[in-house]
Amino acid sequence: MTYLPEELPAPQPGIDDAPYWQGCSRKELLVQRCAACGEFRHPPSPACPHCKSFEREWFASRGEGKVYTFTWVSHAPHPALKGYTPYNVVLVELDDAPGVRIVSNAVNATAANLEIGTPVSIAWEELGNGVVLPRFRVAG
Amino acid sequence: MIDRRSTNATTCIAGIGQTPYAKWGSVMDRSELELCCEAIVNACADAGMDVDEIDGFCSFGDDRNQPSLVATTLGVPGFRYANMVWSGGGGGSAAAVLNAVLAVHSGICRSVVVYRAICQGQFERYGQFRPRPLSSFAAPFGLHSPPNMAAMMTRRYMHETGTTKEQLGEVALAFRRHANRNPRALFADRTLDMDEYLAAREIASPFSLYDCCVETDGACAVIVTSPERARDGRQRPVSILAAAQGSGPRFGLGLMGSWNMPAETFATLNSKEVSDQIWSISGLGPKDVDVAQFYDAFTSLIPMALEEYGFCKRGEGGPFVADGHLDWAGGSLPSNTAGGLLSEAYQQGMNLIVEGVRQMRGTSTSQVEDAEVCLVTSGANAPHTSGLLLGRC
Repeated sequence: MTYLPEELPAPQPGIDDAPYWQGCSRKELLVQRCAACGEFRHPPSPACPHCKSFEREWFASRGEGKVYTFTWVSHAPHPALKGYTPYNVVLVELDDAPGVRIVSNAVNATAANLEIGTPVSIAWEELGNGVVLPRFRVAG
Repeated sequence: MIDRRSTNATTCIAGIGQTPYAKWGSVMDRSELELCCEAIVNACADAGMDVDEIDGFCSFGDDRNQPSLVATTLGVPGFRYANMVWSGGGGGSAAAVLNAVLAVHSGICRSVVVYRAICQGQFERYGQFRPRPLSSFAAPFGLHSPPNMAAMMTRRYMHETGTTKEQLGEVALAFRRHANRNPRALFADRTLDMDEYLAAREIASPFSLYDCCVETDGACAVIVTSPERARDGRQRPVSILAAAQGSGPRFGLGLMGSWNMPAETFATLNSKEVSDQIWSISGLGPKDVDVAQFYDAFTSLIPMALEEYGFCKRGEGGPFVADGHLDWAGGSLPSNTAGGLLSEAYQQGMNLIVEGVRQMRGTSTSQVEDAEVCLVTSGANAPHTSGLLLGRC
């Protein structure tokens, strides 16, 4: 049982973000980093917004971070989500990739333990169709 | 007092037009293109202008109604300018007027129509999943609709500023009172009080039902032309004192998929650049504004706009609203005087521009006495936002 239904739109990797999703399929959270100036960026893109270099590399994050903001969705915005509400969406700021925030879900969160600043860590979810998604768990 | 007639505004709005507004999905027997053309014909009639005089077409928000279709349908003899603001949804409504201003000011066009038609029941629904750029990073996680996205930003804004749910409720209540005075509004006959606001079902926390705008079928249009041509028309011209579009650095697609803008701009509308331009182009400031139409797809956007456009300091927008400043009856800054996107209609911001023109003509259903300057803002937390400053002639 995954946190949200497998019928939701799946990632559609393109040239710029394929390595990110390939990393996910190996349960590795790869964050893009400029190979020239070292600044992180996300979502993946072809040039560094800081120094304009097109050279990039992939940094394997430990997948630990803090909740930057979140919502509990009660009104299902997709037919597949009916029966799954309320579910949370969290924005996780990674501890080891400053400034990088990733949209995800905290699979074990409750109204009582989900706050801005709550520590979370990666909890990979394998969908039946072979897609692996980076989800998170509230720590502790 | 500033004499607005002495300003160097080189363009005016000479006509406004609209169709009746109706709930999402209620217009299924007439095409969206028909409503689009009806609004344009109405705007030309309002201006006292022959439709054949229109030689430019501007829209935004990935409008389905291409100028070639519109011009052909209306039999316009030719056009010199077809223009669309990319992406950013309602952030493009004032920007579409800016593009019309540029075309008229440069001499490329004589009279440009800015239009928007929305009959989403025939196509899709804003409040439901739609594929967007960077959907891969949001859709698998259930982050699908504008209310979901704005809720995330709003939670952070409330955390940083201390803005309360009750203060957001005061936005909904004030604009509903204005809608109750406007027969064109979808909520003309429905009142709203704080108990009902707080008891409404949750959509995406911290938003409940009345924090979110209504989805609406309908169309609006305005005609931008020279002051000379506008003076020959049927209506009192309305000056465009400033029009601007902008974004802060690295805002990306905003809530639509990029969540990695600089931390200091995360919980903002991304409107600071627009605000700076509006005041520097016009030579005016927030204290000169008599009435405002703020982009209110969600209640929280109003305290944020008050702060970014300089009416309040950061964190003071919520208390400012709760003190009644936005009310037509006795407020210092009557705002969204037709009911706004929350309670009049959601035409992606175009109806706010139409109401701004009515205020400057003196014909609003909640007319602000002797109003001479109206601010209209477009979009929020979007890849780019835009704004207009309108002046009475």
